[in-house]
Amino acid sequence: MKRVFVNEDWCLGCHLCEYNCAYANSGLSDMVKALKGKDIFPRIHIEETDGITYAVSCRHCKDPLCVKSCIAGAISIEDGTVKIDKTKCVGCLTCVLVCPYGAVAAGPEGAAQKCELCLANSCGSPACVKGCPNNAIVYEER
Amino acid sequence: MKDHFIYPEFEVVRNDNRCIQCRVCERQCANEVHSFDPERGIMLSDETKCVNCQRCVSLCPTRALKIVKSDCRLRENANWADDTIKEIYKQANSGGVLLSSMGNPKPLPVYWDKILINASQVTNPPIDPLREPMETKVFLGKKPEKIKRNEDGELVTETTPQLELSMPVMFSAMSYGSISYNAHASLARAATELGICYNTGEGGLHEDFYIYGPNTVVQVASGRFGVHKDYLEAAAAVEIKMGQGAKPGIGGHLPGAKIVGDVSKTRMIPEGSDAISPAPHHDIYSIEDLRQLVYSLKEATEYKKPVIVKVAAVHNIAAIASGIARSGADIIAIDGFRGGTGAAPTRIRDNVGIPIELALASVDQRLRDEGIRNNVSLVVGGSVRSAADVVKAVALGADAVYVATAALLAMGCHLCRTCQSGKCNWGIATQRPELVKRLNPDMGSRRLVNLMDAWRHEIKELMGGMGINSIESLRGNRLMLRGVGLTDKELEILGISHAGE
Amino acid sequence: MAEYVIIGNGTAAVGCIEGIRSIDSDGAITVISGEEHHVYSRPLISYLLEGKTDLERMKYRPADFYEKNKVNVVYGKAAKIDTKKQEAILEGKGKFGYTKICICTGSSPFVPPFEGLDKVKKKFSFMTLDDALALEKVLTDKSRVLIVGAGLIGLKCAEGIAERVGSITVCDLADRVLSSILDAECAAYMQKELEDHGVSFMLGDTAVKFDKNKAYMKSGAEVEFDILVLAVGVRAETEIAKQAGCDTNRGIIINTKMETTAANIYAAGDCSEGYDSSISANRVLAILPNAYMQGRCAGINMAGGSSEITDAIPMNSIGFFGLHCATAGAYPEDGEIYEERTDKGIKRLYFKDSKLAGYMLIGDVNRAGIYTSLVREKTVLDNEETEKVKKMPSLAIFSDEKRRTKLGGVV
Repeated sequence: MKRVFVNEDWCLGCHLCEYNCAYANSGLSDMVKALKGKDIFPRIHIEETDGITYAVSCRHCKDPLCVKSCIAGAISIEDGTVKIDKTKCVGCLTCVLVCPYGAVAAGPEGAAQKCELCLANSCGSPACVKGCPNNAIVYEER
Repeated sequence: MKDHFIYPEFEVVRNDNRCIQCRVCERQCANEVHSFDPERGIMLSDETKCVNCQRCVSLCPTRALKIVKSDCRLRENANWADDTIKEIYKQANSGGVLLSSMGNPKPLPVYWDKILINASQVTNPPIDPLREPMETKVFLGKKPEKIKRNEDGELVTETTPQLELSMPVMFSAMSYGSISYNAHASLARAATELGICYNTGEGGLHEDFYIYGPNTVVQVASGRFGVHKDYLEAAAAVEIKMGQGAKPGIGGHLPGAKIVGDVSKTRMIPEGSDAISPAPHHDIYSIEDLRQLVYSLKEATEYKKPVIVKVAAVHNIAAIASGIARSGADIIAIDGFRGGTGAAPTRIRDNVGIPIELALASVDQRLRDEGIRNNVSLVVGGSVRSAADVVKAVALGADAVYVATAALLAMGCHLCRTCQSGKCNWGIATQRPELVKRLNPDMGSRRLVNLMDAWRHEIKELMGGMGINSIESLRGNRLMLRGVGLTDKELEILGISHAGE
Repeated sequence: MAEYVIIGNGTAAVGCIEGIRSIDSDGAITVISGEEHHVYSRPLISYLLEGKTDLERMKYRPADFYEKNKVNVVYGKAAKIDTKKQEAILEGKGKFGYTKICICTGSSPFVPPFEGLDKVKKKFSFMTLDDALALEKVLTDKSRVLIVGAGLIGLKCAEGIAERVGSITVCDLADRVLSSILDAECAAYMQKELEDHGVSFMLGDTAVKFDKNKAYMKSGAEVEFDILVLAVGVRAETEIAKQAGCDTNRGIIINTKMETTAANIYAAGDCSEGYDSSISANRVLAILPNAYMQGRCAGINMAGGSSEITDAIPMNSIGFFGLHCATAGAYPEDGEIYEERTDKGIKRLYFKDSKLAGYMLIGDVNRAGIYTSLVREKTVLDNEETEKVKKMPSLAIFSDEKRRTKLGGVV
């Protein structure tokens, strides 16, 4: 299964992935309308340390702790993709408590959200990858 | 010191209706033009620092930015142009020699654009390159004068060493130091994939790139930086650099600040020491001296590698080339006055040297006249911008061309011409690690390969149109060219007829 | 063909079913469910009252879960396990032979023998869906509610009904709220948030005697109420295991493979007392993730696979009115305690023996899982790494090599 991977050597820390992610998941067709003047809740985030930057998003673990830990049974694996059923999530953030990658976070309405590979939104494949100016984020089989 | 006389050259125009304050522009500008004012919640820009490299423009996800030339002008004066006056201000302020980068930007004639290419109609058939084989491969080096046979009557096919290229293009010399590790990696990988060569310039060969040796031309220049046995042996060919089109007659100077880490190691000079390439080779004052270096290098490489002598196109280039052709060199590379540089004195860059088109035509003619054209191959550079320029150069007599600016553009260069600052936002002309990483060699090499693939297709199309199926048949075929808007003298030097003739 | 029996129909049971089915797709599985409901998520009952979920959405697994996993669900109460005949015997409804059996009976509310409690008409526990539905029926916007117990259950109940009642008073013998997971300072912070939303507290004080609508407190105070919720505590349901000869303590004692001391009997979830790596001893870890993981582990082992849990730790993520709190691990007082307070919350990190032993985060819980993983994996930290841990949870804490594997490989 294809996953999103980041190569620290090429990540520039430009944060474009965060904005592309927030836009892709906004459901709107205009980026300005989607993001201008708003707090964004991207499902990928840039971490920075000692001049090294890298983007972190859901690893779609084979044996995910979030799925096992979700108190609402809202997280499941569908064809390898770990998905959160927003309608079931009550926002307890137990998934945030257990995700060893820090890849799950509360969304604007309090429900947990994370990268679902843009498979369900209009982007069709990860927007962070498409928009990465230095090919630091890739979507591939490994 | 800040010069209060000079108004910023560019304006940063931000469309506030579009700006989403993602601050990508701020993070990506090494010149620190953009900043965010948290109190007012707006993006600010300090255009005094802007070099118009377009990095922010390119990365702005909402296309909220553009950089425009400021229309704040000095009072119009046909004699005293704005730039001329501002250069006076700069020098009055600093007392220094003005420095510039990349090629001569002045509106001097571009002969490529005044030469048109022929095509076959009716009486001779064009060739469709999609249906029929087209050969773009070239071999650079001395060619035998006549066919030789051994005692048994068999053909003698041994030649002096040749440089084989899949198409008549090479990436010209750019040193590791003037450009980044990743730029070098991109060039080396692309050259290898394409079956052509790239050139180390005078910065030595980084140990990581020895694996690309079969597609590497190594340079021996006046500073002799990074030259040692393994370096010479790794290469496909060795180039003696006598001059450079952007700055004929002067040497080079890479400041000590850039001689750090691997650059220092690769150049074989101590960290922090200035890398000064003298204007002359101190052991070369004549063609005879040059011959000694040519043969020293041939000895060192056991006569297995062709030796290139690179000179800038200057006034008496034909005579110089004639001398070089007799020095034992296998290939002469000539660099025209529009060739690029990482840094050169502005006055030199903009006023010294001659156009490569004229230099090429006169050299090719002179060598033919003297019957020594087959002694050497000719490679020309200095602003070869497209496949059409390549075809025109070959028809004027070149065996191959050197391209560098086009290669830099493919890797992301936006020709802001401030390489000398070392703050290249595109990760090319810089050694700052956070900037160097902006050029991912996977992308850089891919784009270079794409560009050359495209050129190869175009060269084939143009050749096919002329009814020529091999690049060798085009070389020196000036009948395929016509001039437009050129004087009789120019046409005479170029050795071509005027359009309509 | 193997016959699996699972006593209980909660989270651990689901884990057990999924564990079995990951190995054995054919064996017969019988679930004996004490509650007449499709498996639902117990911690969601407060959200149900709050209106954040409904009966359909709070199903822990989809409606076709049993069918898809070929599970025979029997509604009834398991009376005992006959270990000789390997049979689970139901109260009045027959028996089921097993090759392996898993006890997932969970826990039940512990109600101390309060004087006069029988006089209180509207009194409730807050454990099950039926409890919640019963409570919901009597709620009015004028109700005065007294909740005995300021632990997770009591406070979640308070949050769930806060908008639907007149007033809420929570009392607890402990001097602070959430005493099982928070220290005094963090507890005070959470308490403030609850108070800001109209919940009153009487801490260090508890009801000792009840009248019809009045509680007499230990301090001598009297509290009038319309509805009484008893959330004093829970006890592991161990009775059936005890009878079957399993060793029990506060819960059914299990090893790291979820085996009880009796042959072919496993236990998982809130009823069990498994290994807690944060204290290197057995302890009841009555948290949902643990129940699932234990259940799954038991299921895998029951079906002949091999699974073990050696890294279970206490951990909790809980929020009230949007203020989140995440805790995990142990809180040794003899190590280094690092604290940061901002206007938005508290961060307390407990270091011991060059490791992160535990933490409490209030407010900003982003990426807390990275801390949890350090605690769970007992990662040894050098000085530089420790400083990074203090700064914030991030993958920067790990070595370049380790981080690159995490982000560049399939995990």
